This record gives sequence, C-alpha cells and structure tokens, in this order.
Amino acid sequence: MSEIAIKDIIKTENLVYKKTSLMTDKPLSYCPGCGHGTAHRLIMEVIEELGMENDTVGVAPVGCSVLAYEFMNVDMQEAAHGRAPALATAIKRLWNDKLVFTYQGDGDLAAIGTAETIHACNRGEKIVIVFINNGIYGMTGGQMAPTTLVGMKTSTSPFGRDVSLMGNPLKITELVAQLPGTYFVTRQAVHTPGAARKARKAIKKAFQNQLDDAPGLSFIEIVSNCNSGWKMTPVDANNWMVDNMFPYYPLGDIKVDGELVNK
Amino acid sequence: MGELRLMKGNEALAEAIIRAGADGYFGYPITPQSEVIEYLTAAKPHERTGMVVLQAESEVASINMLYGGGATGKKVVTSSSSPGISLMQEGLSYIAGAEIPIVIANVVRGGPGLGDIQPAQSDYFQSTKGGGHGDYRLIVLAPSSVQEMSDFVPEAFDLAFKYRMPVMILSDGAIGQMMEKVELFEPIPRLTDEEVKAKYPWATNGKPKGGERRIITSLDLDPYKLEEHNHHLQEKYRIIEQNEIRFEEIMCDDADYILVAYGSSARISQKAIQLLREKGIKVGLLRLITLWPFPYAKIQDMVSKGKKGFLAVEMSAGQMVEDVRLAVEGKVKVAHYGRIGGVIHSPEEVAEALEQKIIGE
Repeated sequence: MSEIAIKDIIKTENLVYKKTSLMTDKPLSYCPGCGHGTAHRLIMEVIEELGMENDTVGVAPVGCSVLAYEFMNVDMQEAAHGRAPALATAIKRLWNDKLVFTYQGDGDLAAIGTAETIHACNRGEKIVIVFINNGIYGMTGGQMAPTTLVGMKTSTSPFGRDVSLMGNPLKITELVAQLPGTYFVTRQAVHTPGAARKARKAIKKAFQNQLDDAPGLSFIEIVSNCNSGWKMTPVDANNWMVDNMFPYYPLGDIKVDGELVNK
Repeated sequence: MGELRLMKGNEALAEAIIRAGADGYFGYPITPQSEVIEYLTAAKPHERTGMVVLQAESEVASINMLYGGGATGKKVVTSSSSPGISLMQEGLSYIAGAEIPIVIANVVRGGPGLGDIQPAQSDYFQSTKGGGHGDYRLIVLAPSSVQEMSDFVPEAFDLAFKYRMPVMILSDGAIGQMMEKVELFEPIPRLTDEEVKAKYPWATNGKPKGGERRIITSLDLDPYKLEEHNHHLQEKYRIIEQNEIRFEEIMCDDADYILVAYGSSARISQKAIQLLREKGIKVGLLRLITLWPFPYAKIQDMVSKGKKGFLAVEMSAGQMVEDVRLAVEGKVKVAHYGRIGGVIHSPEEVAEALEQKIIGE
C-alpha cells in the first residue's frame, strides 16, 4: 500500500538513484531499522560495479540472513550453521576465476563455525567473508552471542553477560587478522550514509583483492544493530551501538594488503 | 585388458578417484583409511588431471566442502572411517535435502565411540536408514574386494549425478587394508567448466548471462512446500528402488539355505558355503552390492521358491538382519551371526552358526 502512495508522489523520471538489479524485488524479511538490508545492497552494488554478476557464487548462513539468497540476485548456496567458509573454500578452489563470498552473522561465524572461519582464514582461501556482528542471536529470538557485550542483557543472559559464567565477548576479527592467511581485515558499520559509503569502499577493496588474485582472504566485519533483539527503537539501537559496541569493536582497517595497521 | 596392479583397497579407491575424473577430494585423516588422502597427495593428481586435493580441518569441514563443490556441478568425493562419518551426518542430511551429487567412502571400524581400528560392519543402520535428521536416503554400494573398491567409484559418481544425491561406498577396514590384484579402468577425462555448465543447469557456478540465478538450499520455511519437496525426494527414492538394486547370487539355485552378506562377510561366507557343502548341506550366498536399495523382492522370491532359512552374516550385533526379516515376513527362519567390536568371524564359525541357528533348531 505504501508502495503505491510513494509511486504517486515520486515520478520515475525524477529518480536519481536506482536499486541495483542484483537485489531481487522480494521484500526484505529483516526488521525495519536493521543493518542487513544495507549490507546486502552494498555487496550487490559492488558485484554489479565490478561486472561480475555472472561470475559470482555467494554462500548464505544460518541466522537472520538465512534467506539472504532470496534477496541477492546471484548464484547462491545455503550452508549449514557455521559451515559457509568450508563451502566457499571448495567453490573457489574448483572455480578459481569466480568471485566467492560468504555472508555470516556472529553466532554462525564466531561460535558454531569458529573452526571453519579460522581455518579458511589460516589457509588463505581467496574468498571474501562478510561478517555481520550485532552481538545477539536475532533469528532465534535474542539469545547471547559470542560477541554479546559484558553486562548486555539477552534472553539467555537475562541479568546481563557475566564474564565469570559466560566468558568474554570474542573479538574474532582481531583474531583472524593475526593469521598470515588474511590479506585484508577491516571493521565497518552501515548505520549512517557516511559509514555505509566507507563500508562500500571496504567491500569493493575486498572483492577487488579477489579479482586481483591477492594472496589471502579478505574479511569485513560490519558492526550492526538488532533493534528488536536489543528491545529498542531503531534510532535508540543505533545510538546504543555507537555508545557501546563501537568502543569494544572499534571501526577501521585492521590489516591492509597483508600488513597489520597500527602495529 | 586394463593396467594390473597390486594395491591396498584404500589405494585402489584413491587411484580410482583420480581415474574417474573427479574434480576434488576433501578429507581428514583417520585410521584405517588414511592411505586414501596419502595416496592422493603423493600421486600429484593436480598434474595428472587438474584435480584438487585438500586436507580439511575436520570431517565436518570436508563434508561441507563437498556441499559447496558438489553444488557447483563438480565431481567431489571424500572418505573417512566410522567416527569421522558420524561427524559428517549433518552435512549428509543437508546434501540429501539440497539434492547435491557427491560420493563418500566409509572404511568402517569397530564402534561405538572411538571403538578400535579393526574392521567392522556396524555402520549399516547409519548408512542405510539415514544417519542424519530428516527423511532421506543414500545409495549405498558395498565392495567386497579391492577390485570393487576401484570399480564402484565411477559407478558411484554416475548414480550420484543421475539422481542428484549422495552415494556412499560402504567398505570396511579389511577391504581397505588388504592387498589384491586390481585391473584399473581407463581414465575418464574431467569435464571442462563449460561442459559442467552445459550438463548441469541447476548448478551454482555463476548466473548464466541473460538467465536466472540458481539457488542450492535445503531450507523451505513453508511447510506445504517442504512437504512437496519431501514427496519429490520420496518419489526419487521409489524410482531408485525400482531400478538400482544390485546383488550377486552364488550357488543359490539348488540351495536350501541362504547366507545373506556383504563386504568382508560375503567373502568369509563364500568359504563357509564350501565347508557346509562338503558336509552335504546345500547353502548359497546372496551377496548384497547395494545395501540401499535393499533386495526385499529378491529375498521374497527366494522364500516363495522354497528356501528354508536365511542367516544374515555381518560384523555387527545384527543390523542388516532386520531388513532380511522384513523381506521374509516370518515365513521361514531368519537368524543373525557375526563377531563384533572389530573381530572378524571365521568361515568355520559362520558354518557352525548356520547349523545351530537355522538347521539345528
């Protein structure tokens, strides 16, 4: 209904921006205010810009973005929980000239799939991993994630994450940056147009690395929000993310062209 | 005549993987089948055929590498032994659900748990009844010689791609470790990327120009659609049950009693038949080659033709015997015999079991 109203107001001949053809017309299943939609779009825009839509294979995870393949208009595979880097490893090794990427959340990549993540990075698989970190399990209803902040309340840490019981939030991005197999490791966000532009540049660099056959894996963390899981309005969630997530998960490049930044 | 070689079963399997035109082997070492990946890394298949060989970080990773590679239309294969195969069950369920052709070899050892590294046949339930979650099947081929460790590889790939499903070669530590003469088949060339794309339009290897993108998934949140998908899988399984049952009958025509066995137990049973026939007892062997689909109709036919009893011989506590009982439907006597935990029964023990459990009572 809102679509019709918008069409009545905005004339197509006046539009200066168009959705990439590599996003399908299917309405996104994400909560309003969630960062997934923007992250999807940035990846698809980059693939379109690189002219690689017929030479890309993506791997979707289990979690909120389990249906990423419904929205990303390229060849896609849906992996078991945490296993996307294993799928991507084989795809890339069997089809060297394809762009191969995984799109994974924090539970998928940093909990159940830790072994697959670490070893794909350590082998230096020539793939791109996009890691969405919102500090919570959104899909299953807001349980504690490996990246849940200390003191943060979730449905399985109802009194806040207690380090003595539940351990520390895992900075897996810093961890994989230590491995010689990673070539580009960066942490970005998509909550403002400026942040999204920077994230887009980072995503493009990652895929360009793969096109250039750079020696190693490109890893992009996107710190994101989960307004429904965090039980906040979208605006409050973004503010909370800036105030609480960014200090623990600081934005910026961690490793560029195989060299650690600020070593 | 093809090239003759004296090889271990595991080595024959590995050589056959290269010759079958496989594009990728992804595996993790485990006794008693580590010779497979050792052979493959030493034989430089990348130089011979361009085949990829990768030692994964775990069996969980290797089966998921098969998911990724198989879903692009390439011929991919792994091998392991029982505990490793247990780890792969999640992946197999996804692969069956997503209809991806892959080949997996299990060189079975004694269980449960870490068990031992001696030959066993105690993974029959896991292989034939679905070891992972959900309603699915694997086609299961059971080699009983080093020759068949080689011959069943191209056959497994053909079946996997014909039906778009996982096919298992279910061997055991004895067949994997023993050396025999093998006649190697002529190498089958690997398909080019273009041939793969033309042959398997379902495969996810880059959206066709001007065409629709492809999705490989086992997920459908709409229960009615998932029900439809399950019906489709079941229809496929019914077609396989009609067309792909394989077995061998040895001295069954005049036999009063039938030993039912596969793999190592089939070879031991053949010797037991000799011993029993020397005593004047007419015994034959129904050697199963496919464990699923299982030859229920063949056994029913044997019952209707007057066979008096069946002894299921397997190195397990009695797994395959349940399928024999299902086929016989209580019409004649069925019993199980087998040593377990990695112990191999002797022909004498098998012969004695038939006399005591089937004839004697």
